[in-house]
Amino acid sequence: MRRDRPPLAFAVLAAIGVAFFLLPLLGLLYRTPWNTALAELTASEALTALRLSLVVSVAATALALLLGIPLAWMYARIAFPGRDLFRALTTLPMILPPVVGGVALLFAFGRRGLVGQFLDTAFGIRIPFTTAGAVLAATFVAMPFLVLTVEAGLRSMDRRYEDAARTLGASRSLVFRRVTLPLIAPSIFAGAVLCWARALGEFGATITFAGSLPGTTQTLPLAIYNALETRPEGAVVLSLLLLAVSLAILIAMRDRYLRAF
Amino acid sequence: MRIIVAAGATALVVLAACSSPGAATAEITIFAGSSLTDVFDQLGNDFRKTDGSARLTFNFGSSSTLATQIINGAPADVFASADEENMAKVVAAGVSDGEPQLFASNQLQIAVGPGNPKKILGPADLARPDVVLVLAAPTVPVGKYALEALGKAGVAARPVSQEVDARAVLNKVSLGEADAGIVYVTDVRSAAGRVSGVNIPESDQVIARYPVVVIQGGKAPLLARRFAAYVLSPEGQKTLASFGFAAP
Repeated sequence: MRRDRPPLAFAVLAAIGVAFFLLPLLGLLYRTPWNTALAELTASEALTALRLSLVVSVAATALALLLGIPLAWMYARIAFPGRDLFRALTTLPMILPPVVGGVALLFAFGRRGLVGQFLDTAFGIRIPFTTAGAVLAATFVAMPFLVLTVEAGLRSMDRRYEDAARTLGASRSLVFRRVTLPLIAPSIFAGAVLCWARALGEFGATITFAGSLPGTTQTLPLAIYNALETRPEGAVVLSLLLLAVSLAILIAMRDRYLRAF
Repeated sequence: MRIIVAAGATALVVLAACSSPGAATAEITIFAGSSLTDVFDQLGNDFRKTDGSARLTFNFGSSSTLATQIINGAPADVFASADEENMAKVVAAGVSDGEPQLFASNQLQIAVGPGNPKKILGPADLARPDVVLVLAAPTVPVGKYALEALGKAGVAARPVSQEVDARAVLNKVSLGEADAGIVYVTDVRSAAGRVSGVNIPESDQVIARYPVVVIQGGKAPLLARRFAAYVLSPEGQKTLASFGFAAP
């Protein structure tokens, strides 16, 4: 194995780069009230927000899997007209300010929105200010991570296995379930975990579209923002919890998400 | 290698240019509660006419967020709070320069859709099951005052959301997502046409008082003091009154 020695400039700049990300984390740890941390974590508001966050992020991931895998398959396998445009449009939430996403969701699914006013008058269904609204907001910002990861998996898999199965008489749905899905399982897993992590941290679209009410729409990031003003210690402890979960995910994923892209 | 050095140098120059205001013109940053957004923009324009070289930057947000930012070292020169509690926090942290001065007061009003489609006549109607109510979070002044007013009226209202500030409440009402919200009289006035206002009886009212103070450690303390004095001056008071604020 070759042992590279980095040029000094690279080492210095890389160290500055690491410090830039590490210092805010150290700041958080420095301000953590360790003696009351457990009490803050088990306070009922914290548990309510944590429980809601888990429900919302898991539901958003499930919805993203249901809609995202077929979408990724279409992008990877079918050369339909305008595919690049559609892919760009469905990737937009990754770089769009989440608040803009929240406003756009209101204009689509709000009580006066394109679809929302119909849902309200015809079925009496109102999405804003409900947990379902928080799930939609989280799905909107998080699903692109799943779609891109799964599409990359589909493109890089060896399609000869599918062809072989087809020539042996397997139906298309059987091939998809027994050959394609197992082959891209790592990509689906990686995409789902990234999607879940993004949904867990979602703030802007949620507060704009779904509002903020403890137990219904006030997820962990919203509770942190709220607590920051009155109980900063509580906010720090909750932030640390969110951070620990996210870090655990990224370490567990190591190079999976790098390979997928 | 040369490219990296060049990129690094560029980054440093840009960072330096962004983080240190030039010393040539006096520049101050004013942190003000979000209910002051419109009137302070106007006050700022008027103040600039009296002093052409002065540069004012505004940072509007919930007073509690602003107080937290200032206590943690945000570069504020003047702080105008929508309540005395958050001002007291800033004073207690020892970052203020001199005593806070009250410069305005405000009352609460119920914001409803234009023309009041749900026929909301007072606080009691906010508990009706067909009324979608939003309030500000109890952690920000306007949310705390709204709960006080509802308490005085003996109304057990159940908001569907606790928004981050008065503007967010107003937006939910003007977008039609909520039927009613409790904000300041001045907020309803600033959104005339998009929302209508329903008065809260005098007996249930809560008066919000607005203090202003200069923050220590700014680069232009004289300009900061002059701006605070301008807000308190007869001219400043006239502008505040024209936006619906009452005298302190």
